[in-house]
Amino acid sequence: MELILEVDSLSYSYGKENVFENVSFSLRSGEVMCILGPNGSGKSTLIKCIAGIFKPATGSVHIMGENTASLGAGKIARRIGYVPQQNEVVFPFTVLDFVVMGRTPHISIFASPGAKDMKIARESLEMVGIGDLTERTLGSLSGGQRQMVLIARALAQEPTLLLLDEPTAHLDFGNQVLVLEAVQKLASSGISIVMNTHMPDHAFLVGSRAAALCNRRLLAVDEVSAVVNSEIMSSVYGVNVAVREIEDIKRKVCVAMLK
Amino acid sequence: MGRYQVPVSVLIDDIMNTITALSFGTAIPASTHHTVLFSVRLPRILAAMLVGCALSVAGVSFQGVFRNPLVSPYILGVGSGAGFGACLGILLFDNHIMIQLLAFIFGLLAMFAAISMDKASKGTGTLVLVLSGIIVSSIFTALISLAKYAADPYDELPEIVFWLMGSLSSIRYSDLIWIIVPMFIGMLVLFLLRWRINILSLGDEEARSLGVNVDKMRLIIIICATLVTSAAVSISGVIGWVGLVVPHISRMIVGPNYNRLLPMSMVCGASFMLLVDDLARTVSVTEIPLGIITSLVGAPIFAYLIKRGRMGWN
Repeated sequence: MELILEVDSLSYSYGKENVFENVSFSLRSGEVMCILGPNGSGKSTLIKCIAGIFKPATGSVHIMGENTASLGAGKIARRIGYVPQQNEVVFPFTVLDFVVMGRTPHISIFASPGAKDMKIARESLEMVGIGDLTERTLGSLSGGQRQMVLIARALAQEPTLLLLDEPTAHLDFGNQVLVLEAVQKLASSGISIVMNTHMPDHAFLVGSRAAALCNRRLLAVDEVSAVVNSEIMSSVYGVNVAVREIEDIKRKVCVAMLK
Repeated sequence: MGRYQVPVSVLIDDIMNTITALSFGTAIPASTHHTVLFSVRLPRILAAMLVGCALSVAGVSFQGVFRNPLVSPYILGVGSGAGFGACLGILLFDNHIMIQLLAFIFGLLAMFAAISMDKASKGTGTLVLVLSGIIVSSIFTALISLAKYAADPYDELPEIVFWLMGSLSSIRYSDLIWIIVPMFIGMLVLFLLRWRINILSLGDEEARSLGVNVDKMRLIIIICATLVTSAAVSISGVIGWVGLVVPHISRMIVGPNYNRLLPMSMVCGASFMLLVDDLARTVSVTEIPLGIITSLVGAPIFAYLIKRGRMGWN
């Protein structure tokens, strides 16, 4: 499989102190990397550094062999789709108008989206299963639908790498599963995905690999079962965590235990 | 429309005669109604439409860039800057052209002052820029008061007061010709960039993730919007509400997508201002300053829109 993303000894600081340092990992096409870690550990910052929104202090990000520091913002956006954790849209765009904004890096500066761009936006909506919402306004959508719309907009960029910043936060149980199913579908279509999540169990469901960001460092980058184990998860989150294999559904689960 | 009655038949005859005369290169027949129509009313109609169009397109652009539907074209102190420039012109030169020129220049200066204050504070996003605009605006407002205080109360002071209330009564073709250039440049760029304003309205980080150079794009749009606002204010005085109300009405009609919203605002702005100017010269024997009518008409419309709860924003 083709190497899509290489993150090499990346660090970032807002002021004097580093948010994280020496973060390195790589990702091949169709792989899903789940990044775990407590609140404030810098997961979102890491995603934004990879997306080119923030400039890292040291280190480099290569996308399909090219350094993002030397690629223009437009070229990065044609390869990397970023799905923010929360978005506040001031004006009530229709879903289709909003999703077609994902075509921005493909449209010249004075132009507006054409028929081809509209078609791609519709296809992106179909891909995440909300093709029937095109004419609804953003404000009228539920949290789960909004998340799908955000993913669809990133898909309209036609990226090879998709960055999801806690895509299941604020969603109910069913919608969380729907998002994970969409993630799995996209990965099997060949898109590489880096995803922040608060639920270690999600790594078992969709992750090909996992990493834990804690105390400014990426603690472990490995196959999911090597990262999501009771030892590492207990030390990352500071609570008791158990990982068990459930035989009749043939997968491992990660659950918390109260003291 | 106006105090000098021209019957419709005469109006049509005169327009036809003029077109014929122009196309054959013959002399235009001179008459009182001809002078009224083509030297007084036509430039005024054109000016009203240009000013309305300019204030609306600037207002709608600023609203997108600042991600705030309550923003007016005067957010960066352009109105008070231009007002002070006009005061200087009245006090120092008392010359039609100098008043317009200084109003235009000080409008732009106010915007650049706000932007450089924002840059100096290394502000991120638009909050510091808005605050800078408030600071600049209050400084120029104070300077306007100073100018009023220093002005000759019988001659200059009324002129300043009338200028600040806005009027198109003394518009001539020569005034229009020079403002058309900055207006055209600004409007053209805003029109061409209209779809990108959608992207800016998503917020800095999202726009950046879509490959947009946010700082540069925002600066270009602010400069263009200020260019058209200053040009408009320099011939009409400070006219409020148009740049705030018209974008809202347009948003209710065509929705928030700038692809349709921006052209709609231009058309609505031109029509609204023409209507207001017609009111200004017909409802009473003396002309009513435009700023008064836009407020009297605009504020109730705005209140009605709020009550209807269909503002076109969340």
